[in-house]
Amino acid sequence: MNVVVCVKQIPDPADPGALDPTTKTLKRDGKLILDESDSYGVEMALQLVTAAGGGEVTLVSMAPNGEVSGLRTALAMGAAKAILVSDDALAGSDALGTAKVLAKAIERVEGADLILTATESSDGYTGTVPEQVAGLLDLPSVTFAKHIEVDGSTVKVQRQTEAGYDDVECPLPAVVSVTAGVVEPRYPSFKGIMAAKSKPVDTLTVADLGLDASQVGWAGAGQEIVSIEEAPAREAGEVIEDDGTAFEKIVAYLDNLKVL
Amino acid sequence: MSTPTGAPAPDPRDFLRLDGLLSDEEQLLRDTVRRFVADRILPEVGTWFDEGRFPSRELAPELGRLGLLGMHLEGYGCAGSSATAYGLACLELEAGDSGARSFVSVQGSLAMFPIWRFGSEEQKAEWLPRMAAGEVIGCFGLTEPDSGSDPGAMRTRAVRDGGDWVLNGTKMWITNGSVADVAVVWARTDDGVHGFIVPTGTRGFEAHDIHKKVSLRASVTSELVLTDVRVPESLRLPEVRSLRGPLSCLNEARFGILFGAAGAARACYEAALDYAGERVQFGVPISSFQLTQRKLVEMMVRVQKATLVALHLGRLKDQGLLAPAQVSFGKMDNVREALWVAREARSVLGANGITLEYPVIRHMNNLESVVTYEGTNEVHTLVLGQALTGIDAFAPG
Ligand SMILES: Cc1cc2nc3c(=O)[nH]c(=O)nc-3n(C[C@H](O)[C@H](O)[C@H](O)COP(=O)(O)OP(=O)(O)OC[C@H]3O[C@@H](n4cnc5c(N)ncnc54)[C@H](O)[C@@H]3O)c2cc1C
Ligand SMILES: Cc1cc2nc3c(=O)[nH]c(=O)nc-3n(C[C@H](O)[C@H](O)[C@H](O)COP(=O)(O)OP(=O)(O)OC[C@H]3O[C@@H](n4cnc5c(N)ncnc54)[C@H](O)[C@@H]3O)c2cc1C
Repeated sequence: MNVVVCVKQIPDPADPGALDPTTKTLKRDGKLILDESDSYGVEMALQLVTAAGGGEVTLVSMAPNGEVSGLRTALAMGAAKAILVSDDALAGSDALGTAKVLAKAIERVEGADLILTATESSDGYTGTVPEQVAGLLDLPSVTFAKHIEVDGSTVKVQRQTEAGYDDVECPLPAVVSVTAGVVEPRYPSFKGIMAAKSKPVDTLTVADLGLDASQVGWAGAGQEIVSIEEAPAREAGEVIEDDGTAFEKIVAYLDNLKVL
Repeated sequence: MSTPTGAPAPDPRDFLRLDGLLSDEEQLLRDTVRRFVADRILPEVGTWFDEGRFPSRELAPELGRLGLLGMHLEGYGCAGSSATAYGLACLELEAGDSGARSFVSVQGSLAMFPIWRFGSEEQKAEWLPRMAAGEVIGCFGLTEPDSGSDPGAMRTRAVRDGGDWVLNGTKMWITNGSVADVAVVWARTDDGVHGFIVPTGTRGFEAHDIHKKVSLRASVTSELVLTDVRVPESLRLPEVRSLRGPLSCLNEARFGILFGAAGAARACYEAALDYAGERVQFGVPISSFQLTQRKLVEMMVRVQKATLVALHLGRLKDQGLLAPAQVSFGKMDNVREALWVAREARSVLGANGITLEYPVIRHMNNLESVVTYEGTNEVHTLVLGQALTGIDAFAPG
């Protein structure tokens, strides 16, 4: 059982990010880390391979400046190898451009039975890449998985819904997006950390993937960032003095927000 | 923000960019322990300290899975990391609590190390893998009621009786004593000081916890009483017959402590920095006062220096160039600086500084144990004095 996990490497959410006023995009000059959202997919993949009694986990990532820090974390958790696509031509890639790159990279992994992603990344947050990858690879797509079981050539997924979950089945290979928080990602062990540095990371360019630079990056993007604005300052909250009826006002307030 | 030279402005939490001295692998390992401490130690350690307990059985397998137990030892299920990596793990653990770091120091450096270094092949194969996994907890019995800084005065005796040894004596202040499955006990014999691997279930072995501690409360400290404890010759560590045995273990553990102290100091400094920015008196955050700023600056400088000393000694150890007196330098200076930082940080927190809602007084009290065990501040001063002058000033007269 071979599982591919798409892992995004993102600026550390603990460090306040800054926007570059000229490119109008996030500055990505610092070290990037494994997106926490993807650590659930990695854990799920490792568990599935263990349950299958054989096979391996391959990581696929697209990131600037040959960044591997986040990949090393996932390799230390137990993934066997990684493909990294890094190329200056990728700057400005939109979600579809990213999906084209990831799909090409996934095609290079021989015998991939299952492709996992997160449902959405923690920074870009469009939540569209997984379905685009599935579309480009012409594979079935299942989203919002909270539990995955592989049975021969079928994958059985509990798919989270607002009311509970649906049981979904589809043939393999397939692309499944994993909801954050559904498994407990393991801590990388020290042996894993030390082993990670000798695990293979295949670093590729856009040309290596057989893609044309005009299809990706700013050139291929179907989107344009027209302007960036400061988020409005937070307004002062409303203080409700409790004269014995405060709960009514709070209920009315929450009702108004339609959260009840 | 950047400075006129174009260099980025220093980060108050890593002023000298010491992170840059760590390899990617060391950073990942450090971040992993930091995350473990944030998830598993920090949320509960105030309560453990308050209740005077440490959940050893629960945490040992978790620490084992991470690879923290005996992590710098090679083989037998141990991670085999560099000395610097071991130090960084101790630093992060002690930024949580000195009790957690003590647990790991005792298991790895005081209980596993002597078996690894002085044990027979059979002893290593039998004990080390289970200890590395945290299935078997160890302790180290050297100190006695009448023999602390002067271990040569120990009274515990082992006498040969046929194929067995019979041990009698009392050990005092033994970390993990009552929770241990196995004790490495040092005893005098007709032929020098020997180490014995004593399963704590052996008849005649008793452990009593020491209560009413006001320091290192999230750690088990016990008295061991050995009355005609009989162990076979196969449980004697064959490769050492002098105080060099226990002293070399202490040297390993002190190396972890000199990193750990930098972690405790960092935790106190960061708590004070955060608090000073939020607490308003006289209409301004207390960080606006020059007196508070001086405290913060002095703390930051000491934390950075202690960390630098630790990293430097770590690199020396990895090159095989670290002498015991250099470990004394680090243990003596880093722990006393950490104590200084803890006390200063406590004052910044005002009344909140005396509660367990904040980490500072916990660290401050813990560090009183840390400055005492593994060689007191005075003992390390004498080691350094002897290294400088060639004169042994331990026993005047
Ligand atoms: C203005 C702009 C500039 C950019 N510059 C660069 C650049 O210089 N270099 C570069 O490499 N990318 C660049 N990108 C691509 C960007 O980082 C995202 O990968 C892309 O936009 C995907 O959008 P998302 O995060 O909203 O995906 P979502 O659909 O929210 O992601 C869902 C899941 O898909 C997978 N996934 C998404 N992106 C990746 C990825 N990159 N690698 C692996 N798995 C992934 C993850 O599992 C993720 O959780 C740029 C994007 C924009 C908009
Ligand atoms: C919480 C805790 C956990 C411990 N865990 C362990 C453990 O797991 N295993 C173990 O074996 N031991 C353990 N110890 C014991 C510790 O190592 C001893 O407490 C330490 O060695 C000091 O011995 P002492 O307490 O008998 O003090 P003493 O040696 O009696 O010292 C009292 C004072 O005299 C000073 N002094 C002594 N000799 C000299 C000298 N020559 N010149 C100048 N001043 C001197 C000391 O510096 C100190 O200030 C632990 C102690 C504590 C507090």
